[in-house]
Amino acid sequence: MIKKYVGKYFPVFLLPTVIAFFIAFVAPFVIGLYLSFCDFTTVTNARFVGISNYVKVFSDNSDFLNALWFTVKFTVVSVISVNILAFALALILTRPMKGTNGFRTGFFMPNLIGGIVLGYIWQIIINGVLGYFGVDITFAAKYGFWGLVILTNWQQIGYMMIIYIAGIQNVPSDMLEAADIDGANYMQKLRYIIFPMVSSAVTICTFLTLTNSFKLFDQNLALTGGAPGKETAMLALDIYKTFYNRVGYEGVGQAKAVIFFVIVALIALVQQYLTRARDGE
Amino acid sequence: METRSKRLDILFYIILTLLAVIFIAPVFIVLMNSFKGQFYITDSPFSLPNATTFAGLENYVNGLRKTGFFSAFLYSLFITVCSVLVIVFFTSMAAWYISRVKNVFTRALYYTFVFSMIVPFQMVMFSMSKIANAMHLDNPIGIILIYLGFGAGLSVFLFTGFVSGIPREVEEAAMIDGASPIRLYFSVVFPMMKPISITVAILNAMWIWNDYLLPYLVIGNKYRTIPIAVQYLQGGYGSRDMGALMAMLVLSIVPVVIFYLTCQKYIIKGVVAGAVKG
Repeated sequence: MIKKYVGKYFPVFLLPTVIAFFIAFVAPFVIGLYLSFCDFTTVTNARFVGISNYVKVFSDNSDFLNALWFTVKFTVVSVISVNILAFALALILTRPMKGTNGFRTGFFMPNLIGGIVLGYIWQIIINGVLGYFGVDITFAAKYGFWGLVILTNWQQIGYMMIIYIAGIQNVPSDMLEAADIDGANYMQKLRYIIFPMVSSAVTICTFLTLTNSFKLFDQNLALTGGAPGKETAMLALDIYKTFYNRVGYEGVGQAKAVIFFVIVALIALVQQYLTRARDGE
Repeated sequence: METRSKRLDILFYIILTLLAVIFIAPVFIVLMNSFKGQFYITDSPFSLPNATTFAGLENYVNGLRKTGFFSAFLYSLFITVCSVLVIVFFTSMAAWYISRVKNVFTRALYYTFVFSMIVPFQMVMFSMSKIANAMHLDNPIGIILIYLGFGAGLSVFLFTGFVSGIPREVEEAAMIDGASPIRLYFSVVFPMMKPISITVAILNAMWIWNDYLLPYLVIGNKYRTIPIAVQYLQGGYGSRDMGALMAMLVLSIVPVVIFYLTCQKYIIKGVVAGAVKG
């Protein structure tokens, strides 16, 4: 009934969003896909070259594979550290204690600061510490790596903590009381009640930290800019540099972007599959 | 038992306080350095300003002059506020239409919106900025349309999830009373979507305010937003002015902190709602 009534109002309700969506996403996506098979410097002078851009991604130099490996290492370390620390904080802050709200507010705050600003904040601090040893963050890739890990933890722990807190607060208190009566200790309650009850929060936070870390760009650009050399450039930064710092490599940059998209899409599909499998149980 | 848990609480307070200090310290260090002469910052970033190193407001004056921070602030504010309003207004309408008028077309459209959420920006950055140029969208007004298009995925997804849960009986009653679909939407449906509108607004505001690469590629040559202005100090000409950088970092954080402290409740709720549904 309502369907027929509203249906013909398509131009009012749907059209503005759809037009913007086509200009900002659909058309650029399709053109981007096409351009990855072309040689070009602007959209209008594209010349079809087959898969040669994709071959060049791997054969020209090892930048892309280095960036991929750096990104994977960084993502694994960040996902584990952010989630463990965020969950631990959430456990502490859901205890019946005074002043937990103030702490929550404080821990969440860094999340609202933009990536570029965060990068420079941590650059000054890390360089200040490393200065005592006569080096700076661009001296070796390991400094940049751990710098990025610390920055990401600082930025994301508060966000994930909030999601974990919401999850823990949903655990029914009568279940915990029943466990108390049965004489369960804290670790048992954690293992058999809290953990299974917050498993959806764990999935959400793991997925969020995973994609956030994998797609990291602003923080990378501001903190190290990829230095030393290109050793600390993650995938997004490597793609950006291929596009805009090397004339004639736009096609290779676009091919890298397509591969990057495929990897991110695969991560999302696996996450979807795991969520469905768990919910189906 | 009682004393043991009290002792545990004290231990937790100590840990939490230490952590809170670690969380606040970076911001404090930047604030402290913003009052030091630019050549003292790299040498001793952890010492408080003293008689020799204190530079008053010099860094702020330099930074404001070099970056055009005031105009950057106004551009950021204008683009963020307008884009968020436009996104909430149009994507909520689109979501309602999609959920009420189910056919092949709206279903395909919905899945395209969901699909767009997983596509990294690098995939479309080049072609999108070229299209924006060609269509003369490379100005603070045109970029609002780009944000509507690029933000549509998540926003339509969140709105659709919410509006599907609203019973249709109310809408059908209003329809029988003779309200036109437009009137029906704005006087009945949209007011019911207030909670999810706040979530969508907050998630988009956090994204757009801090966004660097999209505005840099689309309007960066002529109009600098705050992140572009900060990055400009770094990649600028000649040696970089550490003092000005510190001062601009402080000025970039202040609006965010004010916004956070005033809308804290909504931000935290919005984040949870957005994450759980997204």
